[in-house]
Amino acid sequence: MYMHKIIIFVTLLVSTQLAIAQESRFGVPATQADIDKSFWSVFPDGEFLPDGEGNVAEGRELFEYNCNICHNFPDENDPVKNEIGKLFGVEDKRGKANLDQTIGSYWPYSTTVFNYIRRAMPLVAPMSLTNSEYYSLTAYLLHENGIIAEDDVMNKDTLPKVEMPNKDGFVNAYPEVPEKYLAKP
Amino acid sequence: MSKNKNSLIIDTTNHAAKGGLLNRRLFLSSAIATTAALATTRAAHSQEIVGEGQDDWTLYPGSDALEYSNRSRFEVDSVKRLIPNDSQEFLDLRLTKYVARTPLDHLLGTITPNGLHFERSHQGIPDIDPDKHFLVIHGKVKNPLKFDISALENYPTVSRNYYMECSGNSAVLFDETPTDQSLQEIHGLLSGSEWTGVLLSTLLDECGISPDAKWIIAEGADNGMMTRSIPLDKALDDAMIAIRQNGERIRPSQGYPMRLLNPGFEGNTSVKWLRSIYLSDRPVMSVQETAKYTDMMPDDKALQFTLEQDVKSIITRPSSAMSLKKKGVYEITGLAWSGKGKIARVEVSVDGGNTWADTALEGPIHSKMLTRFRIPWMWEGSSAILQSRAIDEFGRRQPSRKELLDARGTNGIYHYHAIHSWDVAPNGEIKHVYA
Repeated sequence: MYMHKIIIFVTLLVSTQLAIAQESRFGVPATQADIDKSFWSVFPDGEFLPDGEGNVAEGRELFEYNCNICHNFPDENDPVKNEIGKLFGVEDKRGKANLDQTIGSYWPYSTTVFNYIRRAMPLVAPMSLTNSEYYSLTAYLLHENGIIAEDDVMNKDTLPKVEMPNKDGFVNAYPEVPEKYLAKP
Repeated sequence: MSKNKNSLIIDTTNHAAKGGLLNRRLFLSSAIATTAALATTRAAHSQEIVGEGQDDWTLYPGSDALEYSNRSRFEVDSVKRLIPNDSQEFLDLRLTKYVARTPLDHLLGTITPNGLHFERSHQGIPDIDPDKHFLVIHGKVKNPLKFDISALENYPTVSRNYYMECSGNSAVLFDETPTDQSLQEIHGLLSGSEWTGVLLSTLLDECGISPDAKWIIAEGADNGMMTRSIPLDKALDDAMIAIRQNGERIRPSQGYPMRLLNPGFEGNTSVKWLRSIYLSDRPVMSVQETAKYTDMMPDDKALQFTLEQDVKSIITRPSSAMSLKKKGVYEITGLAWSGKGKIARVEVSVDGGNTWADTALEGPIHSKMLTRFRIPWMWEGSSAILQSRAIDEFGRRQPSRKELLDARGTNGIYHYHAIHSWDVAPNGEIKHVYA
């Protein structure tokens, strides 16, 4: 009888401890709404890309009203806008100051374009467009960088399949910088 | 009076290297006895008001205590410097200034005052209401959890000294032509603080990490939602969610009310205004780890995820913002740091790297924190080139500029960490040079 009580007591103790281990001390369960508000990442394989669809022509029009205040059109050459960020017409990926490394010459993944401009652009009003409009701007930027055709449409299926010219241009430096790039005495 | 008592106690013949570098212990071991010559000049006339000749701050009561103190109104030079760019049109179009550099030449010790910590944001500093802000940890975890600032304050916190350096610090030194910028403009994207927060491993443990999780994707709540991928091993090692800096709540420019802090990693990975941590089996390849913060090498490949910073040091005094007024003994002092651990040794040369002398390191030496070094120097009034080179506890040695450029070229703009040179002219003026 006495042994029986001890067993119950120990069982209760262990299960209580287990229950505590499963819980957060001060955190609360995150809801899907919390996650949706906070998490905007899109992966190179297309995971988390939203529904919607865009095209180059609509992107060109959106670019004029939302982006051209800071960024040149392909046939423009305003030096101040070039300093803010050249988006087109750069073949050489060795752009000093990183400003001349464009989507076409440097960026390794097409999804990064959508991922970045949706969260950060236009500078005066990020996230002010629809997903389809961001797909259209992405299509325009990829097209004017010579990567996709004028009549290609961009959506969550087509965008991740776009192969970037500099996709093999990167070397992983974590956890160690490769030997050949280490400064030697 | 004997010759001994009257002379400077520092033995300026005790050389540690050429060019007048003295033994590093001289300043530490010697107390310069100059009190003997002091004599009272106080008037002994009983008829004068005794305060005659005193300054107002001695004669009148001072001001009241404040709820939050400011420094002296005379401290007008020790301020941050905003991005040097002469194009007003450029600044207008950018709408705001996103970079501010720490006045390293005005600081001693290793802790940067909160108001002088360097600032770098990509789309401005958000004005976050802490009661409406939270951090979610989700993705490859058993229990996605949410923490607000009051929840984080309830956890056992750790307080640790760490440096923070922007990956683009000293970038101008990749240029072929030596810059005429100051110490602050060249190297001012560097600061040191005591950071207090909750270890990220503590929170991740509560979420229950899935076995296939390898990276964390950190996103901020700022305009543009800064995003970086960080290896999970770093997150479980010493990363923290920082909520306080030098005791007080971190400032808006540093990520108020909470930021990720990855000690020894390039500054940009310590995502400010942190709102989401997504556990993933792969990096997200955000713009800040592909288009930016990657290093173009001479063979046209770019280094990606150059996260852990190299060993580096700079001389902060004497430096460009000052000039030597007369011949004599000066202290050469500066800062050294390593993204991997502790600084083991710092050497200084005043003859352009031909001879080197060990400096004294001021302890305690913290891992991944600024370490101050110092050495006395007898300046005879001739040209000199001042350099420092650091070695960390893993034997990593700071390279010369030539060694760095031979390996990495000049196409990049990040992670410059070579030996830096100050040229001292016979007239005492100091400027940056390549040597």
